[in-house]
Amino acid sequence: MSETLTGAQSLVRSLESVGAEVVFGIPGGAILPAYDPLFDSRRLRHILVRHEQGGGHAATGYAQATGKVGVTMATSGPGATNLVTPIADAYMDSVPLVAITGQVPSAAIGTDAFQEADIVGITMPITKHNFLVQSVDDIPRTIAEAFHLASTGRPGPVLVDLPKDVLQAQGAFAWPPVLDLPGYHPTTRPHAKQIREAARLISSAKRPVLYVGGGVLKARAAVELRVLAELTGIPVVTTLMARGAFPDSHPQHLGMPGMHGTVAAVTALQKSDLLICLGARFDDRVTGKLDTFAPGATVIHADIDPAEIGKNRAADVPIVGDCRETIAELVLAVQELYRTGTRADISGWWSTLDGWRTTYPLGFEEPEDGSLAPQHVVSRIGALAGPEAVYVSGVGQHQMFASQYISYEHPYTWLNSGGLGTMGYAVPAAMGAKVGRPDATVWAIDGDGCFQMTNQELVTCAIEGIPIKVAIINNGNLGMVRQWQTLFYEGRYSNTNLQSKRIPDFVKLADAMGCVGLRCDSAAEVDATIEKAMAIDDVPVVVDFLVGTDAMVWPMVPAGTSNDEILAARDTRPVWDANDV
Amino acid sequence: MATTRHTLSVLVEDKPGVLARVASLFSRRGFNIESLAVGPTEHASVSRMTIVVAVEDSPLEQVTKQLNKLINVLKIVELDPASSVQRELLLVKVKADLTSRSHVLETAQLFRAKVVDVAADAVTIEATGTTDKLAALIRVLEPFGIRELVQSGMVAVARGSRSMTGAETRLRSAAS
Repeated sequence: MSETLTGAQSLVRSLESVGAEVVFGIPGGAILPAYDPLFDSRRLRHILVRHEQGGGHAATGYAQATGKVGVTMATSGPGATNLVTPIADAYMDSVPLVAITGQVPSAAIGTDAFQEADIVGITMPITKHNFLVQSVDDIPRTIAEAFHLASTGRPGPVLVDLPKDVLQAQGAFAWPPVLDLPGYHPTTRPHAKQIREAARLISSAKRPVLYVGGGVLKARAAVELRVLAELTGIPVVTTLMARGAFPDSHPQHLGMPGMHGTVAAVTALQKSDLLICLGARFDDRVTGKLDTFAPGATVIHADIDPAEIGKNRAADVPIVGDCRETIAELVLAVQELYRTGTRADISGWWSTLDGWRTTYPLGFEEPEDGSLAPQHVVSRIGALAGPEAVYVSGVGQHQMFASQYISYEHPYTWLNSGGLGTMGYAVPAAMGAKVGRPDATVWAIDGDGCFQMTNQELVTCAIEGIPIKVAIINNGNLGMVRQWQTLFYEGRYSNTNLQSKRIPDFVKLADAMGCVGLRCDSAAEVDATIEKAMAIDDVPVVVDFLVGTDAMVWPMVPAGTSNDEILAARDTRPVWDANDV
Repeated sequence: MATTRHTLSVLVEDKPGVLARVASLFSRRGFNIESLAVGPTEHASVSRMTIVVAVEDSPLEQVTKQLNKLINVLKIVELDPASSVQRELLLVKVKADLTSRSHVLETAQLFRAKVVDVAADAVTIEATGTTDKLAALIRVLEPFGIRELVQSGMVAVARGSRSMTGAETRLRSAAS
């Protein structure tokens, strides 16, 4: 049963039918036909953002917080190119995102028409797939395929480019359409033989570590992970993309590995004899110098994307499959082995790990100049807002502090730009998260540099009634870059001083954007200021935390060096007991 | 680790932009294409690409895995030179005046190549064969003077009765 609709109507009906609820977008010439029927839609909420990049990150934040596909819409040319950064960001972090762009009329494509950009060509390397729709009749199928591709297998962004004439033409609409994706068959079921082999290694390893990545969250496998961890007693590390997949308060959790990971987590991987890598990808920020990473470890690598397996580190037991199914199967297989009495003793490993944890805990020193420590601010926000809140960070020092000093107890409470490292992610992504989870408190923890890239979306928040809270960790500088200049460029602070403690006045800026602006520059006022911000629930709140300039993120593995070179703090290299492992 | 040449036969959906996706993937991942040939198959909606790459063995696995991730790629088979027929096409315009023409023609015959055009002072020779055979022909023709030379990418097919495209109908129905 099909009816005749315009392409624009067909698009809106398709989005409604596929289950989309929110679209973050901005109209313009080429996408204009779509906005007419969108005006009448009762099932789609359109949120008019102030910049397409904000729309893209908002859709990403929405997707990260809810697990649903995020939708963003923009016009042709500059509207579409402004989506490039959020699309690349979603690609790196495997976020299900559908970007819908207007395109100049079919006849004008290739003529350098006004507001023409080859967005399909431009986004080819940063999308899971993209489409240029050439016929109005293809719209329902293409939208259904875009959502299917974005949300299944390894999730990722999909772009649908719609020429204006296709939106204006009359065509057939029928739902559900038949998908035509003959080359797309993600493997979700792990291979039984590999599961058995992995279980055998897990039950016999003496120094195993569960190396948990974002794939566990994508697969919604936090419950299964906990069962596996508690069954085996194996220590867990959660990467930046997996924070929240395993409770930080759990005694088996060693923290985050990587460049700014805990000494215990980094070193556990280094000294391990078995890495059980679940939905992680041996990213350079985790491995450090790759050929010195976990030299004694056998590797079990489970991922839904076969191309991740063996890409950076050879896998001894490759498992292609959905993390949830894989972990569930591993639990059964390990239980079976335990029943037959096959179980290695890892108590020696735990006493070593506990030694590292006790000797090198996460911590920071109060600044000597009496200034406010950014770590203190972040940890107090975490303590007062609690584990039910959603935390969204930008990129830089504040991101690392937010990962280190907030205790994540639940999945999907930590959102950040891990792979691409997109400054400016926090405010729009927090907006998207709040739209997706209106009952949750959403805190954006942002830097003063990041905040100045995308704060215009606070206007959207104020107008659309999206009361997020933003903590600007304002050290007046591009803090992480400055830290590297301190450590590796002899303190030559070339172009990192933004002077943002002076200009702009963030409190006035917040006020001008329809938000409440607060300021705090002393440790004594931190709790009261956070509580004040928490008490305001009808408008967005921006808190300008003026923090010291010289705080640095520790521990640190300097870029390009081995994880063995980890510095627990400046000039403090852990000393390993030769008998440790 | 030494690099080796590998011949990949890739079945793709015959849709706009597929060649661009494949080419973009190779350049983004830093893989080097030695030769590429694209053409139709016995199935209207399926094209076949023959791609010759020079890579180490483990990166080759990455090449095929990354190619497989492209939504429009249906199937990839690596064709071993020993168990497949691999051919390239060469068109070469060789200087050939009255004194040298017979020698040029004789050379062409030795390689079972055909003369497809004759001018007063040149002949155009068409030859097919493996990369090595065509390289040998070019070496022998060089002393006469090569005016112009054009060569296709390699196309290849596995020996025996099995068909790489045979499973296509199954692939298609499995998706819906």
